Amino acid sequence: MAEQEHGHIVGYSTFVAVWLALLVLTAITVAVSRIHLGPLNIWVALGIASVKSGLVIAFFMHMKYEGRLLRLSLFAALVTLAIFIGFTFFDVLYR
Amino acid sequence: MSEVHKDYAGAKFGMWLFLFTELLLFGGLFILYGVYLHRYPEEFVKAGGELNVVFGAVNTLVLLTSSLAVAMSITALQKGNRRLTLVLLAVTIASALIFLVNKYFEWSAKIHHGLYPDSPHLKELAPGESVFFGLYYVTTGLHGLHVVIGGALLAWVFVQVRSGRVHAEDFVALENSGLYWHLVDLIWIFIFPLYYLIL
Repeated sequence: MAEQEHGHIVGYSTFVAVWLALLVLTAITVAVSRIHLGPLNIWVALGIASVKSGLVIAFFMHMKYEGRLLRLSLFAALVTLAIFIGFTFFDVLYR
Repeated sequence: MSEVHKDYAGAKFGMWLFLFTELLLFGGLFILYGVYLHRYPEEFVKAGGELNVVFGAVNTLVLLTSSLAVAMSITALQKGNRRLTLVLLAVTIASALIFLVNKYFEWSAKIHHGLYPDSPHLKELAPGESVFFGLYYVTTGLHGLHVVIGGALLAWVFVQVRSGRVHAEDFVALENSGLYWHLVDLIWIFIFPLYYLIL
């Protein structure tokens, strides 16, 4: 039996809406990057990029419709990455 | 053939575990970027200004659209519309090629201007600038390699769908290749602002 147990079908319109949101966010990133905000620029850029990747993971990659195992393991991976980044910068910034 | 056992959840979980290792791989490169940005803020801005925002923006649009196409191709297959699945997969594969052609022209222009690792021109510039271009080539190069692999995977899936081996009841190959392709998009979402839009 090769039948797949998950039957959730995401509609085309959902994907198109997400794509439009991603395009709008890209335009915002480019527009904001042309304004000098000092160090704030990098944080705005990273913030928008995080929102965009959240949309890609949740909808395009189906994470919104997955079970607890996948969600928790994604969370663990992101926490691991955050620890790497956090501890590196504890060293770099307060040396 | 109906007796073949397929562990669908296991296959997808395995793919995700692999993607996590990819996330940490690129995460390491972004940490390097962050550390050197902290050390050479002015040089990074100056070097980043050399990159062509148009190339970066066009490639962003290409990747976002290709991600849309591959996501929709799964819906099409689930609904039993094999023709549309193949069209959407073709769009994704074409996007991968467009991305690589853009990258070729972009890198050629940089190399033509003497901006390549260990070039005499880079050695004359401030250390921060050559670090920026070193990271630029490693990160976009590794990302480009993922585009090549992702495109090849999707081309293989295209053949599988056309021959009917991947179909509405068994499409984990399409789904996992799609996940890999979305990861390529995901990484680019961070590369674009950090390298091309830095001010």
